[in-house]
Amino acid sequence: MNSSVMNPPGEERLQPAKSSTGEKIRIHDLHAYYGESHILHGIDMTIMQGELVTLLGRNGAGRSTTLKAIMNMVGRRTGKININGTDTIPLPAHKIAHLGVGYCPEERGIFSSLNVEENLMLPPDVRSDGMCVEEIYELFPNLAERRYSQGTRLSGGEQQMLAMARILRTGANILLLDEITEGLAPVIVQKLAQVLQMLKERGLTILLVEQNFRFAAPIADRHYVMEHGHIVEEVKQHELAAKTDLLNTYLGV
Amino acid sequence: MATLFGINLFALSGQLLVGLINGSFYALLSLGLAIIFGLLKIINFAQGAMYMLGAFLAWMALQYFGINYWVALVLVPLAVGGFAILIERFLVRPIAKEDHLYSLLLTFGLALILQGLFTQLYGSSGLGYQIPAELKGGTKLPFMYLPNYRAWIIIASLVVCATTWWVIEKTKLGAYLRAGTENPQLMQGFGINVPLITTLTFGFGVALAGFAGVLAAPVYSVSPEMGSNILIVVFAIVVIGGMGSIGGAILTGLMMGIVEGLTKFFYPEASSTVIFLVMVIVLLLKPAGLFGKEA
Ligand SMILES: Nc1ncnc2c1ncn2[C@@H]1O[C@H](COP(=O)(O)OP(=O)(O)OP(=O)(O)O)[C@@H](O)[C@H]1O
Ligand SMILES: [Mg+2]
Repeated sequence: MNSSVMNPPGEERLQPAKSSTGEKIRIHDLHAYYGESHILHGIDMTIMQGELVTLLGRNGAGRSTTLKAIMNMVGRRTGKININGTDTIPLPAHKIAHLGVGYCPEERGIFSSLNVEENLMLPPDVRSDGMCVEEIYELFPNLAERRYSQGTRLSGGEQQMLAMARILRTGANILLLDEITEGLAPVIVQKLAQVLQMLKERGLTILLVEQNFRFAAPIADRHYVMEHGHIVEEVKQHELAAKTDLLNTYLGV
Repeated sequence: MATLFGINLFALSGQLLVGLINGSFYALLSLGLAIIFGLLKIINFAQGAMYMLGAFLAWMALQYFGINYWVALVLVPLAVGGFAILIERFLVRPIAKEDHLYSLLLTFGLALILQGLFTQLYGSSGLGYQIPAELKGGTKLPFMYLPNYRAWIIIASLVVCATTWWVIEKTKLGAYLRAGTENPQLMQGFGINVPLITTLTFGFGVALAGFAGVLAAPVYSVSPEMGSNILIVVFAIVVIGGMGSIGGAILTGLMMGIVEGLTKFFYPEASSTVIFLVMVIVLLLKPAGLFGKEA
């Protein structure tokens, strides 16, 4: 495994000064539990500023749980999670976002009691340089058209765009995205790929949980493969060709 | 005597007025219950006791400190809401992760303690509270004499209910509340301090009961049982309206007051049971309640 994943002892403490250009997320020996079930068994990963990293794996491997553990949305978690140099294990869930983190859950989490615009405006700003509403509506014209519709009346694709738009508006520059292409039509998947490409160019840091490897492969810098709550493989973009067979075995494609 | 098709219009409008006044209290109380249920998912059995506490605090404020009605109308809800905030923070929250049955029992126990305490202190016969001087007297309407204080109850309750509805349905703060009702965990993930909002919501929902208590002091006798009596009816109203909707809680409260008033006129024997009868019918036809969302 790569040395940036397994850190030698003694190097674990982060210098906050590094954080603006260096490591955005560093996870070490993360365990997560839902009640009695032990789901994550010692995850290590590091994500650098501006990287787009995917978390691959079969159903139930623990990818969503990894994102939730970062957000402090699991029952219990132990280990280390540094975001922007801040140790977040002791932080309550509502403090995590304010480190610049935007989370898009697998089920999208559009609120049915809120209209599109209310959904969009709901999350508080976590940094000052988020996209403004005009920019959002320019990027996702469908949302502008339907701004007064009930959030859950939108099509699946529109809901996904709303879920993305909602965190882009807050200025979050570390995005945790859970299966954003799941069940969507090819044109919308294409649109999302463009959006991610654009966000990458703007220097955002993205951790993407994906099933759709063909969507992820061209835009990702690195891939982590999970199995049974462990990270079993790390694949860099230039190793993709060489490791295709290995990936196929892990992902069962 | 004014009659229409043999109906005594004086008596009818009199009962309608009584119904509207009861409905005003039902609306305030069920609104508070609905708001609390939304975020905390518990039925606050202490809502009636808090209403009683509001009435007693108004009485005590006047008796011991010479604090008049108008000041009490502002201070007492704040005090009752503040008390509720302490309860939520130190009693409800520690058991919030357990089965909601525990918090429900907790509020039930709290209601019994409060009621017992005031029975111990003031007996159960009830105390009187003067109508404030500004609202003494009344207005002659075509079919009835409308006492000013009764008109004030209806207006005050409607204004408070409508404002609450507006804040919840139309403002950013209300969006937090609505979204928190749906998915508190995701709200936390967005960086919103949901536990704080929950505490304040509980405080506000209970403060509405305190407000209703002050409003009630001059018209109903201030007694330890006043809360438990009205709460049973309010629970039925909440079942009729369904827990899903803020506007529904208000409308059902007013409507059931009127239904009760009309029954008192047309068939007085049924007036105390009519709401429960409506409840049974609604449960049979639309189990989620008139305004509730079907699961
Ligand atoms: N709230 C929960 N309570 C108990 N167990 C859970 C909970 N959520 C997930 N799990 C379990 O944790 C394991 C990992 O689930 P997770 O959602 O992280 O999988 P995943 O990799 O995202 O896969 P997919 O999204 O395709 O199901 C699964 O075995 C799942 O059953
Ligand atoms: Mg998942």
